[in-house]
Amino acid sequence: MRTLLEFEKPIAELEHKLIEMRKLAIENNVDVTATVQSLTEKILELKKETFSNLTRWQRVQLSRHPDRPYTFDYIEKMCEEFIEIHGDRSVADDKAMVGGFGNIDGEFSVMFIGQQKGRNTKQRQYRNFGMPNPEGYRKALRLMKMAEKFNKPIVCLIDTPGAFPGLEAEERGQGEAIARNIRDMFMLKVPVICIIIGEGASGGALGIAVGDRVLMMENTWYSVISPESCSSILWRSWNYKEQAAEALKLTANDMEQNGLIDGIIPEPLGGAHLDPEAAAAKMKAVIKEELKKLCAMDTRARIDARIDKYGKMGVVVE
Amino acid sequence: MSWFTRKDKGIQTPTEFKREAPDGLWYQCPSCKKAIHTREHRLFAYTCSSCNYHEKIGSQDYFELLFDQTRYTELDALMSSGDPLNFVDTKNYPDRVKATELKTGLKDAVRSAYGEMNGLPITIAAMDFSFIGGSMGSVVGEKIARAIDYSLEHKQPFLMISRSGGARMMEAGFSLMQMAKTSARLALLDEAKIPYISLLTDPTTGGVTASFAMLGDFNIAEPGALIGFAGPRVIRETIGKDLPKGFQSADFVLEHGFLDFIVDRKDLKDKLTSLLGMLQK
Repeated sequence: MRTLLEFEKPIAELEHKLIEMRKLAIENNVDVTATVQSLTEKILELKKETFSNLTRWQRVQLSRHPDRPYTFDYIEKMCEEFIEIHGDRSVADDKAMVGGFGNIDGEFSVMFIGQQKGRNTKQRQYRNFGMPNPEGYRKALRLMKMAEKFNKPIVCLIDTPGAFPGLEAEERGQGEAIARNIRDMFMLKVPVICIIIGEGASGGALGIAVGDRVLMMENTWYSVISPESCSSILWRSWNYKEQAAEALKLTANDMEQNGLIDGIIPEPLGGAHLDPEAAAAKMKAVIKEELKKLCAMDTRARIDARIDKYGKMGVVVE
Repeated sequence: MSWFTRKDKGIQTPTEFKREAPDGLWYQCPSCKKAIHTREHRLFAYTCSSCNYHEKIGSQDYFELLFDQTRYTELDALMSSGDPLNFVDTKNYPDRVKATELKTGLKDAVRSAYGEMNGLPITIAAMDFSFIGGSMGSVVGEKIARAIDYSLEHKQPFLMISRSGGARMMEAGFSLMQMAKTSARLALLDEAKIPYISLLTDPTTGGVTASFAMLGDFNIAEPGALIGFAGPRVIRETIGKDLPKGFQSADFVLEHGFLDFIVDRKDLKDKLTSLLGMLQK
């Protein structure tokens, strides 16, 4: 059963009507070609209209859609081969942070790293809702250094509601783990591409999101705090999440306009969850194109450009 | 039945009456309640002579404590916030900044300067919690980045004194990227093998902990400082239990291996001088 967001419902209703009509046509042997065609057009129009006028909060809802492709879905669809690598070699294997080597079209061996969410209640708990602990960030860094050692590019897929705010996470140095990743990612000698595929919440996202190219899928968000938490802190109530989402300017379009990301990967009409194959194919094409450009650069020039890019972010008055 | 009943519940002192540093003749320690003469309090680097409580002080106090004869040159003293997102919550952001500027006399939540500490050239950036909770926006990130650049250029140690609630929400994505901007410069400082000391004071949380504050060659803290990534309230809500006593205190963080040592503020200058001296010999 598909999960429907409020603004997806009118479209789903029309789609349902279309199916009913086809059924009726077969049962009663009548020609409905003209009506079917007009209805199909109407659906497409409604889809276009709905999805070009989404509010920021609706984008946030789409980014969290339960049917949305997650890290492993993309990896599986993009790679002919994938070998998962586990553990931080110190404390544990964080199930919220996954990674391994994958092969793209026999052209590139890539180290994929990303937060992984679960699809049902049991999986969601197993993956800790995509909220890594410090060992997750340390595992990610271990994999990045391994990629660097074998001179393989890195692709990070970001999808997290935040780094886990738990007791043990604090004991094991959540802040230190994220800080070290951010710093060390700047010095990686191999190309790094980061793609926000769902939620990009704050330091928990940035801990694997420093790269030569930072891209966002069309229906995702990336900011310093979630709209809900922002609402609770600034408005002292959970009820202002829509306003908070507007104020935070957290969509792919906003982030691109503010020069905080390098580009947007378009999704199939209606969102990546409606056609994960097409979403992954588009992502793969973009990764290949960017890797070609990045691999052609001199190593130090690439590192310097990475540092300079972030150096320019910020608006001050002097 | 008690003799007196409280008429108003949850009486709270309005912010304008809360002081970071006292200005009367006597100072009452908020921890042990002992009254101390302000001259003595200053002599003890704004720590309590009886219980060692470290009063929350600002950048000016640290500059006075650490730079020889209080001689220093401030960097980017006039830099102030823009409003890249036209951010409005219950107030609009520029109004909030203006009001805070008037109240505190500061331009933003960090000040940076260079000078000498016991004859040793050093660059210091110190945060002011009184400016929107010491939150990090573009100005904080940019000033720290430039202070690090100054250290790099003049090959002198960098001392960062953090006191912050974390990111500045009103600058959203811009605020987040300051974590990356500052860490990038620290990567260069690290590469150049120039010492970086990060002093964490009460409180240091959120995006500041998850970037420059935890990246020191030496991470040190003042006694009793609250240091963490997530704030205590958020953690309590997540785990649904009360937090153990001393959780996220400087001692706790030292015990778990994320601090090199805890230093009393009155010993700070000399201890830092010895440490940096050893690195130079």
